[in-house]
Amino acid sequence: MSTTPLVPPQSEVKKNYLNAGYGIKSWLLTTDHKRIALLYLASITFFFLIGGLFALLIRLELLTPAGDLVTSETYNKLFTMHGVIMIFFFLIPSIPATLGNFLVPVMVGARDLAFPRINLLSWYLFVIGGVLAIYSMMAGGVDTGWTFYTPYSSVYSNTHVVVMIIGIFVAGFSSILTGLNFIVTIHTMRAPGMTWFRLPLFIWSNYATSLVQILGTPVVAITLALVAIERVFKLGIFNPTLGGDPVLFQHLFWFYSHPAVYIMVLPGMGVISEIISAFSRKRVFGYEFVALASIAISILGFLVWGHHMFVAGESVYSALSFSFLSFLIAIPSAIKVFNWTATLHKGSISFDTPLLYAFGFIGLFTVGGLTGLFLASLGLNVHVHDTYFVVAHFHYIMVGGTVMAYMGGIHYWWPKISGRMYPEGWGRLSALLVFVGFNLTFLPQFVVGYLGMPRRYHAYPPEFQIWNVLSTAGATVLGLGYALPLIYFFWSARYAAKAGPNPWGASGLEWQIDSPPITENFEVTPVITGPPYDYRKVLPQEEPVG
Amino acid sequence: MATYFPFLPEQGSRFATGVDTFYFSMVGLTIFFASLIFALILFFSVRYRRRSPREIGADIHGSLPLEIFWSVVPLVIVLGIFAWATELFFTRSNPPANTYDVYVAAKQWMWKVQHPEGISEINELHVPAGRAVKLVMTSQDVIHSFYLPIFRIKQDVIPGRYTSQWFQADKPGKYHLFCAEYCGTNHSHMTGWVHVMEPRDYQHWLSQAGIGTSMVAAGEHLFTSLGCASCHVRDCPPLQGLYGSSVALQDGRTVFAGEAYIRESILAPTAKVVRGYRPIMPTFQGQVSEEGMLQLLAYIKSLAGEAPGKVQK
Repeated sequence: MSTTPLVPPQSEVKKNYLNAGYGIKSWLLTTDHKRIALLYLASITFFFLIGGLFALLIRLELLTPAGDLVTSETYNKLFTMHGVIMIFFFLIPSIPATLGNFLVPVMVGARDLAFPRINLLSWYLFVIGGVLAIYSMMAGGVDTGWTFYTPYSSVYSNTHVVVMIIGIFVAGFSSILTGLNFIVTIHTMRAPGMTWFRLPLFIWSNYATSLVQILGTPVVAITLALVAIERVFKLGIFNPTLGGDPVLFQHLFWFYSHPAVYIMVLPGMGVISEIISAFSRKRVFGYEFVALASIAISILGFLVWGHHMFVAGESVYSALSFSFLSFLIAIPSAIKVFNWTATLHKGSISFDTPLLYAFGFIGLFTVGGLTGLFLASLGLNVHVHDTYFVVAHFHYIMVGGTVMAYMGGIHYWWPKISGRMYPEGWGRLSALLVFVGFNLTFLPQFVVGYLGMPRRYHAYPPEFQIWNVLSTAGATVLGLGYALPLIYFFWSARYAAKAGPNPWGASGLEWQIDSPPITENFEVTPVITGPPYDYRKVLPQEEPVG
Repeated sequence: MATYFPFLPEQGSRFATGVDTFYFSMVGLTIFFASLIFALILFFSVRYRRRSPREIGADIHGSLPLEIFWSVVPLVIVLGIFAWATELFFTRSNPPANTYDVYVAAKQWMWKVQHPEGISEINELHVPAGRAVKLVMTSQDVIHSFYLPIFRIKQDVIPGRYTSQWFQADKPGKYHLFCAEYCGTNHSHMTGWVHVMEPRDYQHWLSQAGIGTSMVAAGEHLFTSLGCASCHVRDCPPLQGLYGSSVALQDGRTVFAGEAYIRESILAPTAKVVRGYRPIMPTFQGQVSEEGMLQLLAYIKSLAGEAPGKVQK
C-alpha cells in the first residue's frame, strides 16, 4: 500500500461490518450474518424486557396471599404471556440467533452462513411472529398458559388463542431456518483443515441444537395448528365431547417442548465451554466427551417427553420407561459439568465477568439438573408435579442456565461485536447481583412447592406467604442485575476503550480477526493446522512452563 | 422458626412419610454434589489463579479413566434412585383390594364429591382414617387435577375418561385440597378441604348429613328411567358379573370391562360391540350428566358379584 502514493493516508477508522454501510436500508436488507445477529439481539432484548415486566407484575401480585393487585383473569394472562414471550421469543432464539449467528461462520472459518438470504428471512419471520404475538396481547391477551393444554385452549378459553398460535407458528419457522442454515454451514463451509474434532465446542453444541430445531419444531407447529383448527372449525381432535383425546395434545406438545429445553440450554453449554477454556487458558478437558455429550443430549432429549405426564393418565409402564430415560439424560449433562470443573485444574484462571457468569451457570445448572432428578423420580413427581417445585426447577435450567450463559457470552464476545470493552467492575457487580438475586428468587420456590403450592395460582393460602415474599425480594435484585448491563453496554459501545483483536488472549478463530470484524470476516481464508484451544500458539511461552 | 418458615407439609399417610424420606435423601444428594462442584471450583480458582499476564494453563487433554469414572458412578446412583422412586410409584398406583370408593366430578371451578352412601358435597371431602379410600374421578369440562399435599398425591381429572388415586389417612384433621392443573379463570379458587375423621365420627357425619339415596340406588333409578332396563334383561349383553371381567368383541378383540369401557359403551355403544350381539343400542351422549354417569357406574359395579342371566327388577 505504501507504494501507491495516490491513496490518501489511512483514515483512523478501519473498515468493518458496522461502518460498511449506514442508514436503515443497510440494516434491514443486510445479508451479513453479523448484522442479522445484531437485529436479533435488539429484537430479543425487547422481548426480554416485556417478558421481564410480566414477571415483575407476577411477583408483585404474589407478595400477598390474596389476589389483590390484578384480577384472576389478568393474572392468568400475565403468566401465559410471560411464558410465551420468554420461551418462544427470547430463550429459543437467544444464543443461537445472536451469538450463534455472529460466531458460527467465523468459528468454522467461513465468510457467512450457507444461505445468507434465508438467514435474513428467518429474522423477518421472527419479527412477524413477534408482531402477531404482541397484537394478540394488545387485543386482550391469552390465558391458556404457554402450554396451551386442551380442551381449555381449544374449546373453553375466550381469549385470543388463535392469533397467538399463528404468531408462534410463524416464529417457529424462523427457528427451523436458523437450524437448517447452521447445519449446512457446519457441514459444507468449514475452512481447509477444520476437521470435525477441531471445531470449537460452541459449534458442536449449536449443531446439536440445530438438529433438535429442525426435527422438533415442525411437530409443535402442527400441534398448535390442530388446536387452532379445533377452535375455529369445531373439529373433534382434542375435544372429548367430539370424540377427541385431550391427552393426545400433551404427547404432541411435549414431543417438541421437552427437546425445546435442550434448544435453550445446549447453546449455553457451548458458551460455557468457550468461556471456561478462555479464562483458564487451557484446553477443555475431555473435548470429545463434551462434544459428543451434546449430541447424546439432543438424541435422548426426544425420548423423555412423557415425564411431563406421569399424573396425566399415562399408563404405569409408559411412566416407567419415560422415567428411566429421563434419568439416563442426566449422565451426559453430568459429564459436561465434571469436564468443565476439571478444565480449571492447572489452568491460569482470570476472574473476569464472563467467567463469573460461567461459574454461576455451573452452580445453578447443577442444582437445576439435580432437581430434575427429583422430578424424574416417579414416586416423588406425583407430589411436586405442577407445583412451584417445578417452576423453580425449570427456572434454574432456563434462567440460571441459559440466561447466565447468554449474559456470560455477550460479555465475552462484546469486544468482538462492538470493538470496545465493557466496564469490568460493573460487569462483575452485575454477575454477582444476578447470582444472588436469582437464588433468592428461586430457592424459596422449591420449598413452597414441596409445601404444596400449585403453580399458576393467583391467590394462595397464607402459610405460603413468607417464601413468596423472599422470592419477590430476590426478583427485585435480579431485575437490577439485568438492568445494569443494559445500561453499560449502551454506554460502552460509544465511550469505552477499544478492545483490539484479542483482549482475552483467547484461542478461537474469532480472536484472530479484527474487532469488529470486516464484513467478509477473514481477509484470507484461514487454514487450520491443529486442534482448538491451543494457547501455546496464541501466547508463545519464552521458556518452558512450570 | 418452623412456624414462620414451614418447609414440610404435614405427613398424613404412610405413603407421605415414604415420599418425604426419599425427598430428604435427594436433598442430601443435591447438597453433596453441589458442594463438591463448588468446593472444586473454589479450590482450583484460588490455587491456579493467573499470576502473570501471559501465563497459560498446563497442556492437558483429558483422561479416559476419569471420564469412565464420572459416567459410571452417576449412572449407578441414578439407577438406584430410579428403583426406589418406582417402588413408591407402584404403591401409589396399585390400590389395595376393598377400597372405600368415593366419586369425584370436577367442573370449572368446583369439586363435586359423591359418597357411596349417597351423600354429596362440594369442595369438601370427608373420609374415615385408617381405611384405604379410592377416588374415581372425571371432569365435565377441562382437565383438572385433584391434589392432596398432605398425602403427597395428585392425579389429573380428565374429561371423557376416569382416573383414580387412593390414600389411607392415618390421622384426623383438616387439610388442603388444591386443583393443580390450570383450568381457567378461577383455577386458584378451585380449592377445598379434606376432613379426615375417626371412623366413628365419620359414621356419625354420614348419618348427620341426611339420608341420601345411595349411589347404587340412584344409579339403578337412572338405569330404569333411561329405559336401559327394558333391553338389558333380554336382547342385550347381561350386566351382571360384567365389571372386572373380560369381554369378547364382535371384531375378535377382547377388552377388560373397567370403568373406561363401561363409560364408552354408554356414550358410544357401537365402538365396541359384544360378540353375538347386534349394534342396536342408541348413544346416551348428552343425556347423562357426569354425576349420573358415576351413579350408573356404581350400579353396574354393584352387579359384578351377581351371576349373569339373573333377571333383575
